Amino acid sequence: MASGVKPRVKVPKTAAAGDEITIKTLISHKMESGQRKDGDGNLIPRSIINRFVVDFNGQNVIDVTLEPAISTNPYFQFDATVPESGEFTFTWYDDDGDVYETTKKIAVS
Amino acid sequence: MKLTRRDLLVMGSVGMGLTALGVTPAMASLTDDEIAKITGGAEVGAGDLVVTAPEIAENGNTVPIEVSAPGAVMVAIFADGNPTPAVATVKFGPLNPTHAASTRIRLAKTQDVVAIAQMEDGSFQKAKANVKVTIGGCGG
Repeated sequence: MASGVKPRVKVPKTAAAGDEITIKTLISHKMESGQRKDGDGNLIPRSIINRFVVDFNGQNVIDVTLEPAISTNPYFQFDATVPESGEFTFTWYDDDGDVYETTKKIAVS
Repeated sequence: MKLTRRDLLVMGSVGMGLTALGVTPAMASLTDDEIAKITGGAEVGAGDLVVTAPEIAENGNTVPIEVSAPGAVMVAIFADGNPTPAVATVKFGPLNPTHAASTRIRLAKTQDVVAIAQMEDGSFQKAKANVKVTIGGCGG
């Protein structure tokens, strides 16, 4: 279990229908690549987030497969279209089976 | 034209230089393998796909990059010079208008960041950006 994992997401609170909005996400995670060695020369086993999915009202916005070459505290920025009011669901899948989830509501006028 | 001994020497050395260049195996064989796996050997063209990366990255541990691929359903990103070239695969859903994403990646050394996009019609596009890395970022 990776400790201290905290997702942070920035979504505008309101938008006009059909608007393109920019979403920024960050999750604190070591993203241990499996290439590094500890003080005794032993390989530190890989422990990363391997998948990141964003949905809006059940429709997919972006689906990313992450490899060890993604930096510590994976950051993503992308755009989304919002046809109606609803909720963004952000899901991160950890190598160890953990799933981190957060949601953000947006009001469309 | 009469060939002098000097002319012959010059020609010889140029020829050898060209041969050496031609014989050098492709640097990015691992990446090429991965790309072939995705495309299945299909032809890869150029297009609207753009990879944006800094020319010089002081710290290879976190290099900001951006891919922009209008009309693509999927973009795979590779780093030539990393121990494992795969970086990320991004699939764009129906609610994504711009088909662009930015993130931060690790680069072990100075190298090309390569992106392969699969378009809606099934064709492929390729783009790359060279990044000079001062301090590598893969540990070890």
